[in-house]
Order: sequence, then C-alpha cells, then structure tokens
Amino acid sequence: MSFLPYVIVAWVLIAGLYGVVTSRHLVHQIVCLIVVQSSTYVLLLAVGYRTGAVAPYFYDVPVHTPAVDPVVQALALTDVVVEAAVTALLLAFAVQAHKRFGTLDPHELVQIKG
Amino acid sequence: MTGLLAVTTPYTVPAGVMGVLQAVLLVLTGAGATAVVLTRSPVRQVLVLSAYGLVLALLFMVFQAPDVTLSELAVGTVALPALLLLTLARVRRREK
Amino acid sequence: MTERWRRGVFLAGAAGLAALLLWGLAGLPGFGRYPGPYGDIINRIAVAQTNATGVVSAVNFSYRGFDTVGEEFILFAAAAGVATVLRHLRGKDRISTRRAALDRVAPPASDALRMAALAFTGPVIVLGWFLATHAQTSPSGGFQGGVLLTTAFVLVYLAGQVLLFRRVSPEDLTDIAEAVGAGGFAAVGVTALALGLPYLSNYLPLGSTPGAVSSSGTIALISLLVGIEVGAAFLLIIGELVDQALLVREGGT
Repeated sequence: MSFLPYVIVAWVLIAGLYGVVTSRHLVHQIVCLIVVQSSTYVLLLAVGYRTGAVAPYFYDVPVHTPAVDPVVQALALTDVVVEAAVTALLLAFAVQAHKRFGTLDPHELVQIKG
Repeated sequence: MTGLLAVTTPYTVPAGVMGVLQAVLLVLTGAGATAVVLTRSPVRQVLVLSAYGLVLALLFMVFQAPDVTLSELAVGTVALPALLLLTLARVRRREK
Repeated sequence: MTERWRRGVFLAGAAGLAALLLWGLAGLPGFGRYPGPYGDIINRIAVAQTNATGVVSAVNFSYRGFDTVGEEFILFAAAAGVATVLRHLRGKDRISTRRAALDRVAPPASDALRMAALAFTGPVIVLGWFLATHAQTSPSGGFQGGVLLTTAFVLVYLAGQVLLFRRVSPEDLTDIAEAVGAGGFAAVGVTALALGLPYLSNYLPLGSTPGAVSSSGTIALISLLVGIEVGAAFLLIIGELVDQALLVREGGT
C-alpha cells in the first residue's frame, strides 16, 4: 500500500504516452496528453500526504492539528486550471491544421512539407 | 512522526477505511486512464475523459485536498469536455 | 510494418522509462510518511501571520504569490494565443455570428436540458462568486470560482440560446474583464513595490478575526481578481470555439 500510488503514477504516465505514440487523430492525441498531465497531479498529492492527518484548513480544527502539506496542493491547484488553457491552445492549433491541410491524421501531417 | 497519529477531529474516519478507499480509487484511476487511452473514437473518448475526471476528483478528495477536488471537478468534467466537443464540431463540419 | 515497428520501439523505451521511474520513486519515504519541514512550518505559522484559515490559498497568493503570477500569465498568454489563431481564421470568412446562428441547422435542445440550464444558471453564478471571494476561509479560491463562472455561461449556450450567449458575453467585455483581472494582480504587486516593501507582500490591513471574509489583506483581493481573470479567459476561449463551430461554409475554404 505504501508503494501503490507511485506504481499507478508510472502506469498512467506510460499509458498516456502509449496513446500519444499510437494515435491516428490529433484530438485523440491531445486527450492522451491530458491523461499524462493527470499523472503529475496524483504524484504531487501523494508526496504531500500524511497518514491520519486532516486537510490544511483551520477554520474549525485547532491550529496545531497535524495536516497534510499545503504547498503541493497549491501547486496542483493552479496546475489543473492552467493546463486546461494550454489544452485550448493546442486545440486551436488542431483547428488551424485541419483548415490548412484538410486532415487530422498525424501520420499524414508529418509527410506534408511546407 | 510516522505511523498513525492520535488525531481526533469531528471528521475523523478510522484509518483503515481511508486506506481502503485510497487503494480502490487508485486502482480505478489506473483503469480509467487505460480506458481513456484505448477509446479510439474522439467523441466517445471525451465522455470517458469526463468520467475519468470525476474519478480523479474523488481521489483528490480522499487525499485530503478539497481545493484540488473543486478545481478538477470544474475543469475536468465541464470545461475540458466543452472545449473538446466544440473543436470536434468545428472539425467535423468541414468533412460534411 | 512501420506501425508495429514503432509500437515495439515504444514498448522497449517505455519499459526502460518505467524501470527508471519506479527506481527513483522508491527512494521517496513511502506513501503517508511525510518528512519534510516546510509544510509543517507553514501550517503552524500561516494563520497567525496572515489571518487566513485557508492555508492553501495563503500559500498560493501570499507565500508563493510569485509562482501564481507566473501561472496566471500563462493563462493570459494561452487565451491570447487562442484568440489570435481563431480570430485570424474567422476573419477570412467574414460571416457574422448573428447570421450564422440564424442559418444554423441544429436539433433543438430538449425541454429537460432547457429546464436544467435555466434552473442552474443562477445558483452556479452565486457559487462561483462565493468561491472566488472566500479563498481565505474555506476550500475555495479564485481559480475554481473563475471556472465555475464560465460554466454558468456555458449553460446558456447548452440550452440552445446561442444568440443570448453571445449577447451576455460580448467579445469586448470579456477582453476588458480579462485584462482588468491580470493587470490588477500585477498592479497589487507593484503597489507593494511603490510602498517600499518587497513585491507582492501583504500590505492591506489584516483584519481582526482569522477566517472572516474581510480579513487577510491582499489575499482576498488577489483571489477576486484571479477569479475575474480566469472566468474571462475561459469565456473568451469558449466564445472563440463557439464562433468557429457556428461558421457555415458556403463552398470553399
């Protein structure tokens, strides 16, 4: 149990990369990139976890209650929202590629020159 | 500071229950990621991604991170599928 | 043949990557045994120093505020990039959204969907504002609140009211709102410089009770500005994609 989260992180990373490599559609590739990014969120939160601790909000628990690490939560939180915007930029490029070349297949797009 | 800590708040759950929940949700995350990658049709993949976002949100919840849960719920179940489906509509219209 | 060769090479490389990754992760102190001092120190002093009971938001907007400025400007740049690429694409067609929406042949939204969208738009806006203004008390914050605000507008689009969606989120207004949010955040930091303090330090009065809405100084203000900026950025992106999806081609690219 103490190693399971890291195994899952490695599994999700490799599965996402497999999807990127063997994909035949640009939007499918972008979704597989989203899966790869989600593995990093799980890794961040798994690193900061402490067994038996509470969430780091001291509104109704006293201040010295053992809590999980708030810094990695802050990183993961902004990460989630910003990666959605970067995905939107990738989708805009996919729309542009479709308009220029008429296809969304990465294998065909590689062979187009200029 | 290793092992179980004697923390009693109004919201404490026995540590065994939390461990089981975490293990179950981690395995579901791995299965969900595999399902997203192996779905080849883009429209269906967007729906599977939405379900995967929900599983991730539950996982963040049992990792004691409610802020990240809110973010992942709002983004992964609404904003990302909306962006993807709008792009697919734009792309498919050209092929008609 | 190239397909299977490519897959084989990838699987070999992935095996090596997985081995390296697992070996590296095995050096961590195990799941649940958090050793590091930084998180404990922040948990102990954050409430006393900033009068904010939401320590994650205090870290985001005060202790690590500089990282958040960077992330927010990534968001800003991504929204600007989407607008540049897609408005350039749309400019070549020169069909107004209004005419495209009237010519649109789409199945009408079902009654259940319209009822649900109508019922939920108001509460979602209220929830989004609540999250954006309560960053310092409970699990909320500008980023989540902003995305929820966008969701309310997406509900209007889902109910089939494309023209109404475009009317309540005109391009100019979303551009201005996004600029106000991002510029406001930078201005809060620069004002600290003008007062002789380090960039982004907390110079507004901290309030008396920890965890009230009016306490914790610049954290509340920054959270509100971030909420406006994130909501406007996502609304801009979705508006551009909606315009793209509406374009009715009359023959030609």
